[in-house]
Amino acid sequence: MPLGNDVVKTKLLEQFGEVLTEWEEQYGMISFTAPRELNLKVLNFLYDSSELSFKFLTDLTGVHYPDRKGEELCVVYHLHNLVENARIRFKVYAPVETPDIYTASGLFSGANWMERETYDFYGINFVGHPNLKRVLNVDEMDYFPMRKEFPLEDQTRVDKDDEMFGR
Amino acid sequence: MARPVRFNILQKSTQDWGINQVDMPEGHTGEGFFATSLDKVVGLARKNSLWPLPFATSCCGIEFMATMGSHYDLARFGAERVGFSPRQCDLLMVMGTIAKKMGPVVKQVYLQMAEPRWVMAVGACASSGGIFDTYSVLQGIDQVVPVDVYVPGCPPRPEAILDGFMKIQDLVHNESLRRRNGPKYKALLESYGIQ
Repeated sequence: MPLGNDVVKTKLLEQFGEVLTEWEEQYGMISFTAPRELNLKVLNFLYDSSELSFKFLTDLTGVHYPDRKGEELCVVYHLHNLVENARIRFKVYAPVETPDIYTASGLFSGANWMERETYDFYGINFVGHPNLKRVLNVDEMDYFPMRKEFPLEDQTRVDKDDEMFGR
Repeated sequence: MARPVRFNILQKSTQDWGINQVDMPEGHTGEGFFATSLDKVVGLARKNSLWPLPFATSCCGIEFMATMGSHYDLARFGAERVGFSPRQCDLLMVMGTIAKKMGPVVKQVYLQMAEPRWVMAVGACASSGGIFDTYSVLQGIDQVVPVDVYVPGCPPRPEAILDGFMKIQDLVHNESLRRRNGPKYKALLESYGIQ
């Protein structure tokens, strides 16, 4: 008996109630949003519940929504139940001024580098992370490059000016 | 072992065998002597025995492999010996995209090379960042090391790399022996923060 999306949704709503919002199903994959304080509780519940048992973290990444005031930064968890081959997507949002989210690296060791990468590109501060520093970019970088805050071209450069390219 | 037959039947100069030889530099010839300036002899020697250090990071490196291969054969230009130790090499050939994180590595390699040293930026990425107009890519290696010759192309064909190499040879050939001690060269290195 495969694990259906409706079963997962019912279980989660039983446990957490109406704090879980933005339920949607795209291409057969269920997705929802939780308050950011609850991210570890939800992850732990999905992990520990014998019926759900989402024990594999496929991916952890960030998104920047500049238009969502007060919740600009999003962290997305993709979880996988390897036994039932069921997948789930789960999001938490944080304001860009205080992008603090509890680390999942205690639960999933694989989250360690994924959270470092998310910090590297979006500046999300994973509270409790053992080694939160840049993993891909140069250490001297003083900005978070994947945030939608920048014009597409480096404005400081002098070698590719408009005149040379007929723009 | 017997000598090749042509040595016995052809009493001609090497020119006629289709072997290119370097022209004699200007100078005074007499019976049993030849006099020229040290500059020219040193330039000639360096020019025809450059040891390249390939710093290949992407597709331009593949073109360089073709250049080193028998069809294009960089060895014809006296660059038979590709060294992988910067301490032994004269010419740093940077081929491919250099990410900002790789920038210090390029500079370190350059610093480890002994004078006189030359640098060739092969391809659009090494010369200017190329299509990678982005936060993570160095917009030309001339931001970290001084470059002597830029080879355009994305990637450049082996002919273009050979052409760039011949430009380097011209530079090497005509370089004054005093250049590397001059104030202008010191100022150039100073501008890159190299002592």
